[in-house]
Amino acid sequence: MKRFFVVAALVLASPGQADSNLPPAYWANRQLPDAQKEAEAKALMEEIRCLVCQGESIADSDADLAGDMRDLVRRRIAAGEQPSAIRSWLIQRYGAWITFMPPSEPATWPLWLAPLVLLVAGALVARARLKTRKRK
Amino acid sequence: MNRYQKFKVGWVYLPLGCWLWAPLLLFLLILAALVWRLANPPDSDVQSAMVGKTVPAFVAPAAVPGKPAVTSGDLADGNPKLVNFFASWCVPCVGEAPVLTMLKQQGIRIVGIAVRDRPAELRQFLSDNGDPFQRIGSDPESRVQLAFGSAGVPETFVIDGRGIIRMQHIGPIEADDVPDLVQAVKDAR
Repeated sequence: MKRFFVVAALVLASPGQADSNLPPAYWANRQLPDAQKEAEAKALMEEIRCLVCQGESIADSDADLAGDMRDLVRRRIAAGEQPSAIRSWLIQRYGAWITFMPPSEPATWPLWLAPLVLLVAGALVARARLKTRKRK
Repeated sequence: MNRYQKFKVGWVYLPLGCWLWAPLLLFLLILAALVWRLANPPDSDVQSAMVGKTVPAFVAPAAVPGKPAVTSGDLADGNPKLVNFFASWCVPCVGEAPVLTMLKQQGIRIVGIAVRDRPAELRQFLSDNGDPFQRIGSDPESRVQLAFGSAGVPETFVIDGRGIIRMQHIGPIEADDVPDLVQAVKDAR
């Protein structure tokens, strides 16, 4: 019986959450009334990386800080700021790491070139194969 | 076909025996890379790109009654100082509190930014863990935190007398970190 309670306590216990008790920021989980602006905000939120759950975008993450970042994005877009300006504001603070759309700079060239190189290599291998087959 | 006969894949001529081992070698290579990454997980700390730049303009209202508010102007008053992002709900901040008190006793000026906090809980935190802060600004929507390029609590920034961010310390300050931080504040004069 004692063991049962220990196991039940372990199963039911919620993991320690390092989250605040404050409710989410106003625009964290609320859409902008202007559909066009909400679409712009949504597109940007999907490409900004959450600082807490680092594999998720701030659009997907439940972390408090992600909510505060959605609030920041929506508030600024509602105020008429361009998404590109908000993106650069964030990159200025966290580096290009903060966006899932890596900017084209020398360090990321291999990333952009690799698919082209692989495609050309594949075409060459296929051509060589087809030629040998024809000879048979 | 003899397995020692040269065999062509793309432009490369190698005996067939070599080509038969290639997939296994590739697999082992990938496996080694995965095992290496598991054994050496990447550093998940997010470094602020604001180090070396001027403190962004902000106004953080007083977080508890009787304690002055914080503005970016207060951080460029000629005195180097620490800006500590903390919260009453942050467990490592409790561990860090005695070390902040040690720093204060060594004459270091400390300004607090309370992230997503309430006055009542904050007052309780300060009476439980000590209050080494000259000022405490309230940051209920993490706006000041985001403006600093900070990614969590606790985090501490060294600010020089002109209001330029000189250093970022991620995570709780341990007793071992005190000499480095004191030196960094001295250097920031």
